[in-house]
Amino acid sequence: MKLDLVLRVGTKILLPFILVFALYVQFHGDYGPGGGFQAGVIAAGMVILYAIIFGVNKAKHIVPQALVEAMIPLGVLIYAGTGTVSLLLGYNYLDYTGFAGDFLRAHEWGILIVELGVLVTVSGTMIAMFYAFAERGR
Amino acid sequence: MNTKAAPEVVATPEVFVIMVLLTLLAAVTLAIIRQRNLFSVVILSSIYSFLMASIMIALDAVDVAMTEASVGAGISTVILLATLHLTKSVEYPAVRQVALPLFVCIVVAGALIWGSISLPPFGIADTPIHTHTAPRYIEMAKEHLMPPNIVTAVLADFRSFDTLGETTVIFTAGIGVLLLLKGRVKKMQGQDDTEKKGEA
Repeated sequence: MKLDLVLRVGTKILLPFILVFALYVQFHGDYGPGGGFQAGVIAAGMVILYAIIFGVNKAKHIVPQALVEAMIPLGVLIYAGTGTVSLLLGYNYLDYTGFAGDFLRAHEWGILIVELGVLVTVSGTMIAMFYAFAERGR
Repeated sequence: MNTKAAPEVVATPEVFVIMVLLTLLAAVTLAIIRQRNLFSVVILSSIYSFLMASIMIALDAVDVAMTEASVGAGISTVILLATLHLTKSVEYPAVRQVALPLFVCIVVAGALIWGSISLPPFGIADTPIHTHTAPRYIEMAKEHLMPPNIVTAVLADFRSFDTLGETTVIFTAGIGVLLLLKGRVKKMQGQDDTEKKGEA
């Protein structure tokens, strides 16, 4: 672990760019390629890269295992909750028209929230699976 | 059977790139079949995913390409390597007869190729999948000035129920994997503890 200086420095330089790219894919998904699923996988990839180079314990210090495991159901809850809110506003399940006065704004908000739910579940699942495999290896 | 004349293949740069990539894909597949070292198989399947992502980009399906590159080449390679760390990395030679599996493979492949003959030619606009619901999505998106990336509008708005289902599938799969992997660890740790107590 002490000899791989190039890997450590290279990873440290890469990590912020990977995170920014994940956020770009998430929030620019309406205009460019990508969305919650891809962004979630890229964000999870960043944490996994960190865990591979610096050790799983250090990664768990930054992204705790309990948080990751809570994220798995939380995303589905955000998604299904969006549908329930639209029901309470008097529209069909997952019809975002009631979220704002303007039709376009309302649907942009709806898509944003729903994609956030997908991101939370996907990244949580990927990181939790990696942690579980890493634990078994010891 | 197929009365329509096959459309002429126009030799555009894209067609050339796709042909090269598909040839490489076939070569990688043959290498995966012949390889007995599982570490090489994992790396080759990662290369397979990257080639597939490149083909998707050449076919203008950028969203699919991004998913293939991040999931197929990224996460699954890491997960497979983690699995290899837990098991042995050389595949045992097959002990069973190969005749019956080979026969089944050939029959299934023949049926699939036979079925693909009556599919509409690739890239033709007036096939059922392009005339049924897709135009309505595009018209709706234009009419309401939906997000410019129609893929996102379809996935998260028009067909939001589907995406909710997909998210639930990921949730279920994640919970299943965690139950399989973590349930055992606790049991093993318990055994270790009792062994240590016995030694003490």
